[in-house]
Amino acid sequence: MVEKGAQVKTGQKIGDSPAAVSAPVHASLSGTVVELSQQRLPTGDKALSVVIESDGKDEWERMPPLDPGRASREELLQRVREAGIVGMGGAGFPTHVKLNPPKKVDTLVVNGVECEPYITADHRLMLEEGEKILEGAKIMAKILGVERVLIAIEDNKPDAIEHMEKLSEGVGKVVRLRTKYPQGDERHLLRAVLGREVPAGGLPLDVGAVVQNVGTCKAVRDAVLLGEPLVERVVTVTGEVAEPKNLRVRVGTPFSYLLQQCGGTVGGVKKVVAGGPMMGFAVYEDVPVVKTTGCVLVMGERQVVEEEEGPCIRCGRCVEACPMGLMPTHLVRLVRAKDFEACQQYNLLSCDECGCCAYVCPSKIPIVHVIREGKKGIRRLKK
Amino acid sequence: MIPNAKLLVSPSPHLKDRVSVRRIMFTVVLALMPATACGVYLFGLHALWVILVSVFSALVSEFLGYRAMGKRFTMDGSAVITGLLLALCLPPTVPLWMPAVGSSFAILVGKCAFGGLGQNLFNPALVGRAFLTLSWPSLMTRWVSPLEGVSTATPLGTWKSGGGYTSTWDLFLGNVAGCIGETSALAILLGGILLIALRYIDWRTPLSYIGTVGLLMLLLGEDPLFHMLAGGLFLGAFFMATDYVTTPLTGRGRVIFGVGAGLLVVVIRMYGGMPEGVTYSILIMNAFTPLIDRYTRPRVYGTVRRKWWERKK
Repeated sequence: MVEKGAQVKTGQKIGDSPAAVSAPVHASLSGTVVELSQQRLPTGDKALSVVIESDGKDEWERMPPLDPGRASREELLQRVREAGIVGMGGAGFPTHVKLNPPKKVDTLVVNGVECEPYITADHRLMLEEGEKILEGAKIMAKILGVERVLIAIEDNKPDAIEHMEKLSEGVGKVVRLRTKYPQGDERHLLRAVLGREVPAGGLPLDVGAVVQNVGTCKAVRDAVLLGEPLVERVVTVTGEVAEPKNLRVRVGTPFSYLLQQCGGTVGGVKKVVAGGPMMGFAVYEDVPVVKTTGCVLVMGERQVVEEEEGPCIRCGRCVEACPMGLMPTHLVRLVRAKDFEACQQYNLLSCDECGCCAYVCPSKIPIVHVIREGKKGIRRLKK
Repeated sequence: MIPNAKLLVSPSPHLKDRVSVRRIMFTVVLALMPATACGVYLFGLHALWVILVSVFSALVSEFLGYRAMGKRFTMDGSAVITGLLLALCLPPTVPLWMPAVGSSFAILVGKCAFGGLGQNLFNPALVGRAFLTLSWPSLMTRWVSPLEGVSTATPLGTWKSGGGYTSTWDLFLGNVAGCIGETSALAILLGGILLIALRYIDWRTPLSYIGTVGLLMLLLGEDPLFHMLAGGLFLGAFFMATDYVTTPLTGRGRVIFGVGAGLLVVVIRMYGGMPEGVTYSILIMNAFTPLIDRYTRPRVYGTVRRKWWERKK
C-alpha cells in the first residue's frame, strides 16, 4: 500500500489483506518509507515489512472517533478491523473475527490472567489504565450483545483485583482465581471462571463465551473513542537486564532498543526469549516487537540449563502436570514410533504446548518439541 | 542485545525444573540408608559385605550389559538402587556369591534384556530375588536372630507354623529375624517419608498397599498390625511398589496397583504355601501395569470419558 520514499504518518494504514481472518497494519511512527523488505519476526519466520525512518515528529493520522452509544454494531466491528486489532495475549487472532461469532454467546470474559510467569504487562495495564480496559470491555459487550462481563484476575495480584473491583461496578464482575499456570489460556480460563469446557477441537464460542485480553480491550477502546489504530503495546522487559521494566512501545521497535532502555543486559547472555519462559520463542538476531509481543526475557548462564536427554523412567510427573489430561510420555513414544494415527487417538492435537510436561521432566526430554513434530505428522496424514 | 552475542536457540519451555533422574535415584539411595544402617547394626558386618558385593556387582553388570547393548553406561544411580534393594531383601546369612549372582541376574536379565532403564517390565531387584529363591531355596530361608545371630524363624514363619504373633513393638523397631533391610518398619518409614515429602514417590501406593493388607487381615480375623509390620511389606510398599518404571503412571492406577498387590499378599500368606508373598505380589502386579495404565488414562480436557466397558480397542 505504500512505496519506497513515501511519507507516512503514525496510524496510517500501510498493509492489508482481503483474507477474512486477517487484520491491517499501520505505521507506528511518522516518517519516510526507506525499504520494503523481508524481516525476521520473533517467531523465527520472515514477513514482508515496511521499514520507516522516523522524522521525529510523530504526526498522527486518526480515524474519526465513534460514540459507542450511538454507533451500530457493524460500525464498531468495522472499526475494530480497520484499527488492526488482534488478540494481544499472544495468539494474535484478529479481534473483529472473534467479536463476530457465528453462534450466540452469553458471556465476555476479560482476561487479566497473565499468560506466563515473569510477565507483568497486563498487571500494570490493569493498575494504570483499568478504566480504559473497562470502556473497551463495554464496547465489546455491546458488539457481542452479551449482558454478562467477567473480569478474571489471579489472586497473586490483590492490588489489581481491588482496583478493578472498584472500577468495574456497572460493567461487570471481577472473578478472583487461584494462581495457576497456564490459566491465561482461554480453555483453562473458561473452565476456571465458568466451569465450562471447550470441546476438543472446538472454540470458546462453542460454550457461549468469548475471551479477550485486557490489552485487547484497551486497544478496542482507543480505536473507537480516539480513532487510534493498534500501533503500540505494553512489553515486559525482564530477566538479566539492569532495570527490568514494563515499557509502552510502538510496534516495530527492535528488541535491542528495548534492552537499551532497561540499562542493557547484565552478565553473560545465553538466550533472548520473545514471550514468556514457557512458550516464548528463543530469538537469534535482533527482531522487532510485534502486536503479540508481551515480553522480552533475557536469560543468563544461571537460568539456562543445558542437559542431555535421558531415557524416560515413567515417573508420571508429566501426566500429573498436563492441564489437558494428556499422557505426554506416551505421546512422545508414539510420535517417535511415527504412529500418528495412535497419536490422534490419544488426543495429541489437544496439546496447547504450555510446556508444563517438559518443565517437570527429570529426564529432560524435549516433550513439547516432539509433540510439535507429532502435530506435523498428523497434518501430513490428513492430506 | 549484543549484535554478535552467541545466543542459544532451543524450543520452549526455556525454564526447567532442576530435578534430574540422577538426583531422584541418589535421593532414593539416601532414603534407604536408615534401613541399611539398621540391617548392618542388627545383623553385623557380614550384612555390610552382602550389600557392598550386591551394589558393586549390579554396577559391573550394568556397565557390561550396556556395553553389549551398544548403549552408553551412565552413572544414573538406578543400578545402585537395584543392587542395594536386592541386598536388603536377602537373608543376612547368605554366602557372598549369592548377592553377586543375584544382582547380575537382576541387572542383565531383569533390566538390560528389556532394553535398559525405563524399559523393563518387572522390578529388577525382585527379579533377582525371585531367581535366587527359586534356585537356592534353602540358602534363602536361613534366618538368624538380630544381634545374637542364633538360628531362628522369621515372625511370619513362626505365625505360619502356628506359633502365634510377635510383639508389635519389636516388629516396628526391627528387633526380629528377617532380611537385612526389611525388619525395621521405623527405619523404612524414615526414608519413605522423606521421599513422600519430596514428592518423589506417590503416598497413595504404600497407603493402598499396606492398608489393603491390614484391612483384609482384620476381616479375616488376623492381627492387622502384625501383618502390616511383619515381613517385607514396608520395604516393598515404600521402595519397590513405588518404582517408577514398573508401576502405573497415574494416581488412580497406583491405587489399583497397591490394592491388587495387597490382595495378593493376603492370598499368599493365608492360603499359599509360603509365609511371605510381597515379592510375588509386586512382580505379578508389575505384569498388570501396562493394562492398568491403559484403563486409567486421565480424561482429556474437552472430551467425555467413556466407561471402560464401552471403549473400543
